[in-house]
Amino acid sequence: MRVPISWLGEWVDLPEDVTLEHLHAALVKVGLEEEDTHGFALTGPIVVGRVLEATPEPQSNGKTINWCQVDVGEAEPRGIVCGAHNFAAGDKVVVTLPGAVLPGPFPIAARKTYGHVSDGMIASARELGLGDEHDGILRLADLGLDPEVGVDAISLLGLDDAAVEVNVTPDRGYAFSIRGIAREYSHSTGAAFRDPADAVEVGAFAGFPVVLDDQAPIRGREGCSVFSARVVRGIDATRPTPPWMSSRLRLAGIRSVSLAVDITNYVMLELGQPIHGYDLAKVDPGGLVVRRAQQGESLETLDGKVRSLDPADMVVADATGPLGLGGVMGGAFSELSTSTTDVLVEAAVWDPISIARTVRRHKLPSEAAKRYERGVDPRMSTIAVERVAQLLVDLAGGTRDDAGVVIDRSVPLAAVVLPLGRPAAVVGVEYSRDEVVDVLRMIGAEVSVDGDLATVTPPSWRPDLVDDVSLVEEVARITGYDRIPAELPIAPAGRGLTRSQLARRRVAQTLAAAGATEVLSYPFVSDAVAERFEPGAASVRLANALDATVSLLRRTLLPGLVDIAHRNLSRGLTDLALVEIGAVFRPESGVTYGTDGIPVGAARPGDQTIAELNASIPPQERHVAGLFLGDALAKQPGSAAVPAGIADALDAVQQVALAVGIDIRPVQGAHPALHPGRTAELRVGDRVVGVAGELLPALAAESDLPRVVAVFELDLDLLIELSVGERSATPIGTLPAATQDLSLVVAADVPAAEVRDAIVAGAGELLEHIRLVDDYRGQGVEAGTKSLTFALRFRAADRTLTAAEATDAKLAGLAVASERVGATLRE
Amino acid sequence: MSTPSPITEEAVARAVESALAAIGAVSDSASLKAARSAHAGEASALAQFNAQIRDLPGDQKAAAGKLVGQARARVNQAVAEAEERILVAEEQARLEAEAVDVTALPSRWNRGARHPLSLLMEEMSDLFVAMGWEIGEGPELEHEWFNFDALNFDEDHPARALQDTFFVEPAERHLVMRTHTSPVQIRSLLSRPLPVYVAAVGRVYRTDELDATHTPVFHQIEGIAIDKGLTMAHLRGTLEHLARAMFGEGAQIRLRPNYFPFTEPSAEMDVWQPNAKGGARWVEWGGCGMVNPNVLRSAGIDPDEYQGFAFGMGIERTLQFRNDMNDMRDMVEGDVRFSQQFGMVV
Repeated sequence: MRVPISWLGEWVDLPEDVTLEHLHAALVKVGLEEEDTHGFALTGPIVVGRVLEATPEPQSNGKTINWCQVDVGEAEPRGIVCGAHNFAAGDKVVVTLPGAVLPGPFPIAARKTYGHVSDGMIASARELGLGDEHDGILRLADLGLDPEVGVDAISLLGLDDAAVEVNVTPDRGYAFSIRGIAREYSHSTGAAFRDPADAVEVGAFAGFPVVLDDQAPIRGREGCSVFSARVVRGIDATRPTPPWMSSRLRLAGIRSVSLAVDITNYVMLELGQPIHGYDLAKVDPGGLVVRRAQQGESLETLDGKVRSLDPADMVVADATGPLGLGGVMGGAFSELSTSTTDVLVEAAVWDPISIARTVRRHKLPSEAAKRYERGVDPRMSTIAVERVAQLLVDLAGGTRDDAGVVIDRSVPLAAVVLPLGRPAAVVGVEYSRDEVVDVLRMIGAEVSVDGDLATVTPPSWRPDLVDDVSLVEEVARITGYDRIPAELPIAPAGRGLTRSQLARRRVAQTLAAAGATEVLSYPFVSDAVAERFEPGAASVRLANALDATVSLLRRTLLPGLVDIAHRNLSRGLTDLALVEIGAVFRPESGVTYGTDGIPVGAARPGDQTIAELNASIPPQERHVAGLFLGDALAKQPGSAAVPAGIADALDAVQQVALAVGIDIRPVQGAHPALHPGRTAELRVGDRVVGVAGELLPALAAESDLPRVVAVFELDLDLLIELSVGERSATPIGTLPAATQDLSLVVAADVPAAEVRDAIVAGAGELLEHIRLVDDYRGQGVEAGTKSLTFALRFRAADRTLTAAEATDAKLAGLAVASERVGATLRE
Repeated sequence: MSTPSPITEEAVARAVESALAAIGAVSDSASLKAARSAHAGEASALAQFNAQIRDLPGDQKAAAGKLVGQARARVNQAVAEAEERILVAEEQARLEAEAVDVTALPSRWNRGARHPLSLLMEEMSDLFVAMGWEIGEGPELEHEWFNFDALNFDEDHPARALQDTFFVEPAERHLVMRTHTSPVQIRSLLSRPLPVYVAAVGRVYRTDELDATHTPVFHQIEGIAIDKGLTMAHLRGTLEHLARAMFGEGAQIRLRPNYFPFTEPSAEMDVWQPNAKGGARWVEWGGCGMVNPNVLRSAGIDPDEYQGFAFGMGIERTLQFRNDMNDMRDMVEGDVRFSQQFGMVV
């Protein structure tokens, strides 16, 4: 809401030296947050001038300019070049003199042009920031003005005014008005408030045919509860809007349209009550009916769009059909125009829910709807109608007609019982009883006290005051939140971070300590990317994605890492180790998630319903993933570069395993996005927990990544779940160890892990440790085979092993390897 | 009659002198070996004297034995000393030869980094854990009931439309990307015994285009405390405690009236940042208030018996003003330089 200072000052006392900062500070105290300031951004000298002579001078470029002599109240007239032609000698105009600055900023100076020195400029309304018209210069007579030559045009046109803009929270519709803001300013500062509603004289209404007929109330509430209307006849719709009104509208952010429309907007801004004016000549003499739209009806709204109406939309109709979308926007047919002479002024109260739904349905937010959605003061309808009627009489030369109607079916706001100790118990400030009652009366409530209980009837403009805590907020707000002390509550002993939270932190810390950089990518992917990584899998789709081509939720973290790798590479960062921990969204194919309806709020649904709600949400586990490319170790003194590859991904997997406290084993695997020969399926026991490998080179190339890009991804939640178990210690043997190497030959396609497992199984409990130290192929080893060398360490718990015992154990390992995978001892 | 003994004091002294001179002159293991062999070995003069002792007449044997024995002991002692000297010298030389430029050594470790948002979330979580609170969690893809209805957002209330919600297809199935961490309030109240002191951190979603101050995916921290007798004073105390931990001892909290469906009274909170670059200042930090009775009712809690407070703030925003970041995009783009400037500490 934008609040021009001059307007506010009409209804509440402002300090003489009032500033925008002062207004913001006063209003924020009572909950109207500072948003912005607005002004006309111009400085003088800008004065009224009278054109003495205007001599047309054709130019070589085809234009004709006017060489004018303008009296600006100085001893001599000034010579000014003007390109416009909508004026003549004798007209009073606005002259910006050298030294003035117009919005832009556009400084004015005497300058040579078209063979003259132009000693200033004759301004248009647009150049002054007063309007959008650029048809020519501003003739003061067109505004109905005939001021003295030489007077200051800035104050004459209201261009010295300025406005604060405050944010009005959704619960306080009344603050979308000068009336509401003035009241709040008064609450904040104690300055005297004058209700603009009290300044309006309400006359008699002799009747006008209107029927309120809502056959389909929404949630039991009638679509229209108050309808006031008044006929004003014989207006001159062509008269100009007076500058004081147009400058205020302009500062308030409302475009000046025509006098009659400007008046309805002006009164809406002042009282918070939206008003609609009908050209009475276009309304069927049979009168109006306020009803839901009928199936198939349509309406051309003021913005020129033809809208198909929904049976839940409220309309104001006559015998010919809908004239307006009630409370949202009027219709084009009965719109006020310059030929309008008789006006039907209407102000109604529409149901917030009905309005909100119509706005959503037609994507048609409007100044009127904004106020109705938040609730308007039902007492204002009649007052607003009368105020508009009076202004039409005063400014447009109309005559107030007795014809008019007031239908008021509004339900008075319910009284709320407030225990007088409640504010103190909720806020923690010892408010006195008088203080509580005084505040509630100050905001306009009626309060009666009986013992410790106050019965509070909220003022008509505060439909948000529905319960005791909303009244408590008023007490706290008006007396000031700065009175609330600080006290630290003592929570009962907690259990600390959960096992899962601790494990996730260890994983993140471990990976970072091992050299990876944590990133956080957006979880949105395109259909093509989703298909690339998991063909045919079901994904969750956003209904209103910011980018419609990237509307799926990720099932895997890998595409995000690929994107981030691409961005880093494009910035010249060529060696990357990235990790991310985040949720993925993995709906199952064929399952319909969500629910048909929503349980109501403010009541606990049954256990069954809560279970259904939880079951209706797609699975979204936390994954951890990494990406490695470029050099794992950069070239440096004494050391060649070590390129990153699948080994880095598998190392990272083991770092995760360490941090979670679980054994993860790779086996040869396959993945649609990974290199067919360089993919490891990652397992815990028989459970698949993830994948590691190198991206398909073609896929890497699509993102301008190098050929070798190693990745891994693990279901972190699953790992943590699987890592549950007792952790008991094994005694540490201290007797001497015996170490031996075992070199054996197997077919080249036998996985080393299988050989290793066989040796472990055969060597028995004396084998303490085994490590693959060499994989040799080539000379001396038959083609199609490979020689694997394992370093073995044996130890017994109860004796010093002899070399013979160790050799026996080794050979027992060989025997099992021979049996399982055809291994032979390498000679 | 006997021949005079060749083992004269003079001869032995000459041999010793010659041996000590040779041993004293050695400078490395090789020359020591040669000197030892020449003067203390089998072929040395003293060894020969020693061998000749048995040929001496009986009455001369003892004196000669003593003479030669003492001489050999002196020589052996000298050899041992030379050995020690050379060992030390050679080790010294080796150490000198092994010197490296410690500023030019190869690194076998790449520098990694946590994301500063993660670090900040952990730091804030730890503060609450230290107060006995627990850290609650919930899904990012949420049911509307948890995200709105249970939190007193009426389906037709303008506040619901102001949330800029991402809906999930089909929209009439009521699944949304959570617009705040507040659904965790409801989940915590539904699943935990009272009293409840829970903080929640995590990702939230709004349909804002990415720019310097907005991102459609961001993070929040949220707190809810429900107990008997909690007031806004406890809210302020908790926020001040958090503010001091995050911004230093001089930090303060200022509350301004505001509106949120899930709290009443509601407040916008500003924090006084005493050590801000460019001077101490008030910064808008988040929203808070006393939990609306309707929220408690949604979780089956009697608002006449229990009441409490809730608050929430953006992690990105906190990081922005706490650590002087101008552009939100740096936090979401994944440029490794962004995280690496912090490393493991934010």
